[in-house]
Amino acid sequence: MKVQLRRLAHARSGDKGDTANVGIIALRSEWYPLLVRELTVERVTQHFSGMITGPVERFELPNLNALNFLLHGALDGGGTLSLKTDAQGKVFSTAMLRLELDVSDAEVEG
Amino acid sequence: MKDVVRVAAGQGFWGDWLEAPRRQVEGGPVDYLMLDYLAEVTMSILQKQKARDPAFGYARDFIGAVDSVLPAVTERGVRIVANAGGVNPTACARAILKLADQRGARGKLTLGVVTGDDLLTRLDALIADGHELRNMDTDEPLSTVRDRVLSANAYLGSEPIVEALGQGAQIVITGRSTDTALTMAPLRFEFGWANDAWNLLAAGIVAGHIIECGAQCSGGNCLYDWENVPDLASVGYPIVEGRTDGTFDIVKHPETGGRISVQSVTEQLVYEMGDPRSYITPDVVADFTTIRLEQAGTDRVRVSGIEGRPPTDKLKVSIAYRAGFKAIGTLVYAWPDALAKAQMADHVLRERLDRLGLTLQSVLTEYVGASACHGPLVEPRSDHPEVQLRIAVRSEDENSVERFTRELAPLVLNGPPSVTGFAGGRPKVEEIVAYWPALIDKTLVRPAVEIMT
Repeated sequence: MKVQLRRLAHARSGDKGDTANVGIIALRSEWYPLLVRELTVERVTQHFSGMITGPVERFELPNLNALNFLLHGALDGGGTLSLKTDAQGKVFSTAMLRLELDVSDAEVEG
Repeated sequence: MKDVVRVAAGQGFWGDWLEAPRRQVEGGPVDYLMLDYLAEVTMSILQKQKARDPAFGYARDFIGAVDSVLPAVTERGVRIVANAGGVNPTACARAILKLADQRGARGKLTLGVVTGDDLLTRLDALIADGHELRNMDTDEPLSTVRDRVLSANAYLGSEPIVEALGQGAQIVITGRSTDTALTMAPLRFEFGWANDAWNLLAAGIVAGHIIECGAQCSGGNCLYDWENVPDLASVGYPIVEGRTDGTFDIVKHPETGGRISVQSVTEQLVYEMGDPRSYITPDVVADFTTIRLEQAGTDRVRVSGIEGRPPTDKLKVSIAYRAGFKAIGTLVYAWPDALAKAQMADHVLRERLDRLGLTLQSVLTEYVGASACHGPLVEPRSDHPEVQLRIAVRSEDENSVERFTRELAPLVLNGPPSVTGFAGGRPKVEEIVAYWPALIDKTLVRPAVEIMT
C-alpha cells in the first residue's frame, strides 16, 4: 500500500547557503529501516525535481532513527540573495513529507 | 568542583523573546546564562552601525537583557556568556559598565571581553600574503568581491571564553564566537576538561547545538505532536545540566510550557546539519552518529555516548559583502479564480517590466496560499478563497529595483479584478548583504581577552 511519509516520520529543515538540509526522523524506531530502504537518493532527487538544481546527499543516523538529506541548489542562492519566501529552507522538510512510500501492511500496522 | 553545572539558553538569535533571559534566572537554579545573538548576516548589519557611530556595532538588545537579570549576576553569582559584542565587543562592554553605573552595581561587576576575531582591517594584508579566502561554496577567491566587503570575522572557539571565566569574568562578551562554544566553554571551565579531551569537548558542543536556538528544542517549532505541546505562551527555554563525565540532561524550569522529549531534541539535532559524522568546530570535530538520547523523566532528556576527534588546522571566516539590491511586492487576489487572476497580474507586470528595459538579474513569482513553499508538489486546485501574488526582483542596479517598486500599485486599478492587500504601500528597496564563507589558517588568528571593571 501507499503511505505518505508524514504518517511515518517527523522532520526539521534548515539551510547552509544555497543548500537546504532536511532531517527525517522515524516516528517509531521500527520504521527506521523502512525509511532507509525507501528514501533513497534517487527517490528524493525525483521527488524534488523542479525544486532543486543540484544533487542530493544522504546521511544515516541510526542512533537517532534519522536520515539527513542535503538538497543542493534548493534556495535560489540562499540567505539574503534568495528571493524565495522560504529563503532559509525552513519548511523544505514539510515538502519532503509529501512523499508517498510503497510499504506492506505488516510493516506499518498498529 | 560542582557535580552539575546548569547552562541556560536565554536567546537563540537577535530578536528572540525579550522575556526569556529573566525567566531563565528567576524560574529555578542556573549557573550560566547563554545568549546567542549572531546569525550569519548580523555581523554586516552591525558593521554598518559601527561605521555610522563607533560606539555601536553590538547587539543592543543585550543591554536590556543584562538589565533584566543584573541582580542574579551581582548577588547570586549567575554568569553570562554572550556573543553580543558583534563587531565591537569593547563598546558593548562599556555600555554594560554604564548600565552598572546607573544601577549602582559598578564595582560588583567584572567583564571579560573576547576580541581577535575581526579580520576586516587585515584583509588586504592577508590577501597580499597569498591567503585567498576562497568561497567555500563557489571556490571563488575573495578578491572578486574585495571592494564590496563589509565585515570579516573568524569563528573563535571556547578557549578565550574559558580564559575569561578563569580570570573571574561574570559576564563574558565575545564577537564572532561559534554558537556552540558559548555553552561548551562554561562546562569545560567548570569541569577542567583538557583541550584534547575530544569526547568531552564534543559533548559540550552537542549540548551547545541543542540549546543554541533557544526554545526550538523545548517545544517551539516542533512538528512532532505539535497540537499537544502544552502552553507555548509560557514556553520554557532549555537548560543543560552538565556533568563532568560529559553526559548531560536537557531540561527546563518547572511550571513552564513547552515540552522536552527525545523527539523535540532530535528535531533540533538535525537542524542545519551537514555530514553528521563531522560537525566541525574550532575545538573539536563532533560525531553526531554517536549521540544517545533517553527520556529520563518528564521534560528531561539524557544525552550520552558522544565521541569527538581533533579539529582541523583551519577556522571558518564569516565575510559579508554588498551584493546588489532587491525588493519584494505583494498583492492579494480573491475568489473566484483567485489563482488565475494572480497569474494574469504576474503576466501583465512582467510584460511592463520587459518594456521598461530594466536591468534585473532575477524576477521570482510565488503564489502564496497556492504553491509558494511546496512548488510543483502541490495538487492543482481552483477554489482558493484568496491567493497572494508575491513578486521579488534582484539587481545590481538600484534604479531598476526602485522602478520595479512603482509597478505594483497601478495593477490595483489597471490589472485583473478582485485585488486588495496593498495597504502597506510601495515595496522597500533593500541592499543585499550576502554571506561569503571561507577558511583561514588557525595560526593567523590570535584571540585576546581583556578584563574590564
